[in-house]
Formats: sequence, C-alpha cells, structure tokens
Amino acid sequence: MTPGLLAVNPVGWARSQMAFTLAFHIILVPLGVSWAFMALIANWRAIKRDDADALLVAQRWSKYMAVTFAVGAVTGTVLTFEFGLLWPTFMGRFGAAFGIPFAVEGLFFFAEAIFIAIYIYGWKRMKPWPHFWVLVPIIVSGIGGTISVVAANAWMNEPGGFTLDSAGKVTDVQPLSVFFNSAMPLQALHMVLAAYLVGGFLIASVYAVALLRGRNDRYHRLAFIIPFTVASIATPVQMIVGDTLARYVFSNEPEKFAAIELVPKTGSDVPETLLGHENSNGTVSGGIRIPGLASWLSDPASGKNTVVQGRNAFPSDDEPTISETNVVHLGWDLMVGIGTLLFLLAAWYALSWIFRRDYPRLRLFLWIASAAGVLSIVALEAGWVVTEVGRQPWIVHNYMRVAQGATTNGGVWITFLTICAIYVAVGTTLVLVLRRMSRRWPGRGGMDESDVPYGPTPVALEREPEVPVS
Amino acid sequence: MSTAAAVVLFFGVIAYAVFGGADFGAGFWDLIAGGADRGERPRALVDHSIGPVWEANHVWLIFCLVVLWTGFSVAFGSITLTLFVPLTLAALGIVLRGSSFAFRKTVFVTRQRRFYGAIFATSSVLVPYCMGAVAGAIASGHVPNGGKSGDWWSSWVNPTSILGGVLAVTVCAYLASIYLVSDAARLEQPDMVEYFRKRAIAAAVVSGLVAFAGIFVLHADAIYVFHGLTSRALPAVAVSAICGITSLVLLLRGAQRWARPFAMAAVATVVIGWGVAQWPYMLPVSLKVSDAAAPDPTLASILVVFVAAAVLILPSLGLLYYLDQHSALASEGAEMPGAGVAD
Repeated sequence: MTPGLLAVNPVGWARSQMAFTLAFHIILVPLGVSWAFMALIANWRAIKRDDADALLVAQRWSKYMAVTFAVGAVTGTVLTFEFGLLWPTFMGRFGAAFGIPFAVEGLFFFAEAIFIAIYIYGWKRMKPWPHFWVLVPIIVSGIGGTISVVAANAWMNEPGGFTLDSAGKVTDVQPLSVFFNSAMPLQALHMVLAAYLVGGFLIASVYAVALLRGRNDRYHRLAFIIPFTVASIATPVQMIVGDTLARYVFSNEPEKFAAIELVPKTGSDVPETLLGHENSNGTVSGGIRIPGLASWLSDPASGKNTVVQGRNAFPSDDEPTISETNVVHLGWDLMVGIGTLLFLLAAWYALSWIFRRDYPRLRLFLWIASAAGVLSIVALEAGWVVTEVGRQPWIVHNYMRVAQGATTNGGVWITFLTICAIYVAVGTTLVLVLRRMSRRWPGRGGMDESDVPYGPTPVALEREPEVPVS
Repeated sequence: MSTAAAVVLFFGVIAYAVFGGADFGAGFWDLIAGGADRGERPRALVDHSIGPVWEANHVWLIFCLVVLWTGFSVAFGSITLTLFVPLTLAALGIVLRGSSFAFRKTVFVTRQRRFYGAIFATSSVLVPYCMGAVAGAIASGHVPNGGKSGDWWSSWVNPTSILGGVLAVTVCAYLASIYLVSDAARLEQPDMVEYFRKRAIAAAVVSGLVAFAGIFVLHADAIYVFHGLTSRALPAVAVSAICGITSLVLLLRGAQRWARPFAMAAVATVVIGWGVAQWPYMLPVSLKVSDAAAPDPTLASILVVFVAAAVLILPSLGLLYYLDQHSALASEGAEMPGAGVAD
C-alpha cells in the first residue's frame, strides 16, 4: 500500500492513535476498578442497617457499572489489537517478556467480567449476604488487573528479567523479574490509588450537581458521601505515594526527572519552577521559581545541596526533546497542582465531618466538588503523559526506540481518524445513555434489571416497548 | 513446551469459535430478522440469549491475542504487520458491536433501538468475516515470516481468505441458530423454536456446502493445508462431517435438544483440523511453531496462568450459567426497596 497520497510517515500517527485510545480508555479504568468498592459500602449498609436508600444506591450503581464496564472492555480489546497493529516490531521482539503481565491481567479481566454479570444477576437470584460477597472478587480483580497492566508499563520504563542474544532476540526470560520489575511497586500503587481517587471524585461530582440542584434527599446524599469519602481518604495517601515515586524517579529515571523539574543543566540548589518553559537554547523562561526547592524535595537529607542531573547530562538523542520536555513539565504541574487542590478539598470535608458530622454547608464546597470529577481526570491524564512522554524517545528504555517499534504501514492516519470519530461518538453516547438511565428512574423505583447489558431479560419476553412502534 | 503452548492457544481459538462465534451468529440473525414488528420477537430472544455471558465469551479473543503475542511474538508481529486492514476492521467492529449492544439494552425508543441494533448486527457479521479472512490468510501462506509485511490487500482478499470469511459467518449463524432453538424451547416459545429450527437447517446446509467447496479452494490456493487435511488431519475432518450431518438429521427430525452438542463438536473439530493440518507450522510454510515460540520460562508462565484460569474461572462461569438457568429467589422481595421500609 504505497500510493503517494497515503504514504505518510506512520510513527507520529501510530503514537497519536495509541495515545488517543489510551487516553479514552484510562477514563473508564477508575470506574471499573473502584466503583465496585463503593457499591460494596452501600450494599453493606443496606443489609446491615436495613437501609432502603443505600440499597437503591447499590442497585443503580451496579447498572452503571455494567454499562461502563462493557464500553471499557471493548476499548481495552482495541488496545490489545493495537499493540500488534501499531507496534508489530516491538511486540515481535519483546512480546516474550512484555506479554507476561498481560497474560496475568487476562485472568483478572476474565474474573471481573464473570463476577459483574453474577452481581447483576444476583439481585433477584441470590440471598443478600452471598450476593454481597460477589463484590469482593470484582474489587480484587480490579486491583489485580491494574497492577498487571502497570507492571507492563513499568517494565517499559525499567526493563528487566530477560537477556538479549547477539541477534537481539529475547532469551532467558525470568517471568517474576519481568512482572516485579523495579519500577512496578510504586507505579502500581500510584495507579491503584489514582483509580480510587478519580473514581470517587468522579462519581461524587455527579451527585454534587444533583445536590446543588436541590435534590437534597437521603438517596443523593448517600450517593455523594460514599464516593467522596473514599476519594478523600485516597487523596492524602496518594500525595505521600506520589512524593515517594517522584524521589524514586529522581534516583532511577534521571532523564525523566530532568524533564519533570525542567532542569537544563546539572547542578545543586535547583529551583522548583511552576509552569514556565524551556527554550531551545537551554534556558528556562516564564513561570514562578522557588529557589532550591527541587533540590530539597529530591533529597531532603542533603537539602539544597542535592545535585539534580539536567538534560545536558544525557545524549540529546536519548532523552525527550525540548517540546516533549515542556509537555512533561506542564503535565507534572497540572497533576501536582490539581492533586494539591483536591487535597485541600478533602481536608475541608474531613474537618467539617469531624466537627459537624456532615459535609460543608457552603454551596461553594458543592461547586468545587462538582468540578472535582473532571479535574481529577485531567490530573490522571496529565500523570500518564508525564510517565509516557517522559520516557521518550524509548518504547523500551535503552533497548528500543519508539520509531523502531512502530508499524511501517503508511495508512495509519486513516485508522487514526476513523477511530477518533468512532470514539467520540461512543463516548458521547455513553454519557447520554448514563444520563438517560438516571432520568428514567422516577423517584425511587425498584430494581428492574432488564435494561442492563449482561442483565437477564424479564420473565415476559414479549415486553411491550414503552413507545409505540413507529 | 512450545507444543503445549500451541495447544493452549488453539484451545482459546476453539472456545472463541464455539462461544464467541455463537454470539456473532446471533447478531447475524438479528440483522436479517426483518422490520421492527416482524423482527421483534426473534430479536428479543437474541438479546436474552446473548445477555448473560456476552462479555465472558469475548474474553477468549483477548486470551488468544495475549497467548499469541507472549508465546509466539515473532508470528504475532508478522501477522499484525501484514493483516493490518482486516484486523483493524475487526477491532473497530468489536467496539461498535460491544457498545451498541450495551446501548441498545438501555434505550427504549424504537428508532434508537433500531439504530443501535443495526450497528450491532452489521458489525456482528463484519467481525467474524475478518477473523475468518485472517485465518485463511495464515493458512494459505500469505503472511511472510521475518518482520516483513506481506501484501496489504492480496494477503486477505484471496480465495482462501474469502472461504475463511464466508465459512466463519455461516458457521457462526449455524451455531447461533441451534443455541437459539434450545433457548426458545427452554422459554416455551414453540413458534420461535420453529423459526430458528428452519434457519438452523438452512445454515447447516449452507455451512456444509461452503466447507465442501472449500476443499477445492484449498487444493488450488493452500496446498500445504490441503495435504494436511487429507492426511494427518483427516480424522478431525471426518468427525466434523459426521457431527455436522448428525446435527442436521436431528434438526430435520425435530430432536433439536441433541443437535447442540453435535454442532459444537462439528465446529470445534474443524478448528482442530485446521491446526493439525498446518502443523508443525505457525505460518505455513515459513515459520515453525517451535521456531516462533518464546523462551521456555515465558511459555511456562502462560501454562501456569492457563491452569489458574481453569481452576478459578470455570467454577465461576458455572455459577453464572447456573444463575442464568434459574429463576428469581422467592424470598428476595423482602430486601427490595418499596416492599420494605421507607424511612
């Protein structure tokens, strides 16, 4: 396929397509991972305290979970295809090592798919407590799946557990060293917490809007408080883990760290630059500089005297370009900035809860809370940009460059544009469908399981459509 | 070890063909069920049958892809490089199919149901066709080894690929109609039993004819696989033919209950026959399974995961099927909102 018009250098398009489909999929990930845990809280309360509102919350959440999981599953399948379609050389050479975490992930994904279906079915077919316990394997598989996928990503950052022979072929794989590579534990913990943080703020933000609109009943309050509390607990923990991870990157991935902190030249007493950008001549302009803070944060023991390696310490072909560096730095600022904001919001909530046993009464709180969902997604995407763009130009750090791993098919731009169009349509429809689902339930209806994917059809298959056949 | 991993891979392919295939086939019947009035009851039955195990069935595809890229990454690289177009179409089809199926269940306006239903049904035909074409391309040696791309178009627009695609669509339709007959019988809908029984017979005949025509296509276009099918894979071919004919006879005599296992066996043995026929090659005739295989520790981890899946997943799948076949608990009313307290 090489007619002139279609023959475009595929690397940039392949990167764009992978980035776009991942950016889409990653929004669904927190919901798939953490929603079951919040449903668990609601379901527990429902049974333990005979709480009808909490039961309604759990039942409705289980339906939303099914829809988001269905879409997350297919967008995940697309990613599986794309590993081969966009990165055939990478997969051909490193699949024997890189694939292992995905084999493990497949197991968790399988379990999650089955138990979500069982949970939906179980509302009318299982006794309350056994049904409640079905959520546990869903939660465990969500966490296990996250750890597995992040293990694969961490392996790209710090590949290990294999040797290459003289022909560049992977030999002597040690599966456990691949899975438990050195970057995996912190990265995986960071992502699991992110899933709970983003999932919590995102779900809560929907109910914050409802509360603002005056739907101040117990149902909406519960549906707001449960996820918001989960997110508020995850946020401070995430700050500690994120800080530890940053110091880990400082020690183990210095090229990435130089981009994160916008450090052109190696030195001590490095300032923390908020916003700003690096110019092609290696100077930094714009932004707010806090003297010595980057050095101090990198290693508080040596404080301002900590030497931070700058971009000049590495061959320029082996580190992110100037524009990539600026993207990484901006992503970092966004993630940390939003994270800090969310931490303050969580602290406000916690104080109010300690003193008043309720969320803050100011409407301003609900306003911010309803923005927190989208903000937390921005932080999630920004963090993912930091780790991915910060690894450039490598697909497997120090082993294979992105350009070497990419497909040679010049027509990728066509699939990229097609996929964009389809995903935009699917994403829009998903939001509309979720909204419509919530509007269809008048007040406090019972559990009608018929309108859920995976759900059983009601007894009468000859169900009348609600709108006459046109 | 590479043989064991190849068997695991083929186990996944068979499971996907037998379970996922039926789901795709159900989409095919959905597609040709006619207008909103006439097609309503068959479509409702399709919805009912696909619903419970829908996602679980399609996890088999991910299973196959992951085993292929981890255990046989060299072959995976060649396949994805050459067969970019049909694999992309299949991936897009899967997105559209999965999401439109999910959406269709959640909307109630006929016009919208029809829209999502049409996307769901069309992509249900597109995806198995592409998968069959990919299988045909591999079997007929259109995928070269060594990280080079074969021809983008002739690799999957050739007699064997077209045979593979058409056979995949008809076989899926055949499987689905037989499952739907059983489901209709369980739901005590005699007219739907009859509806899908007729279609099952037609699909069985068409699949048989396509498979028969395939012998000549393979002879002309994929000689290595042809020789394999007529020698070491002959028992599998024979079993498949016998099972296929048996299921057809059972359908004709109205004993559809027993047609189902025979139909599944007929399809499974076709896939087994393909695998045995191209043995020992992963990509006939340029790449052997043993040469494509990853280092032993990688293959071992695949086998460990497979065993773990068998131990953990199968019982839970069993629970799901059990719940699907059993109706609601009598005591459940007490915990439902509205029936109990209203505080």
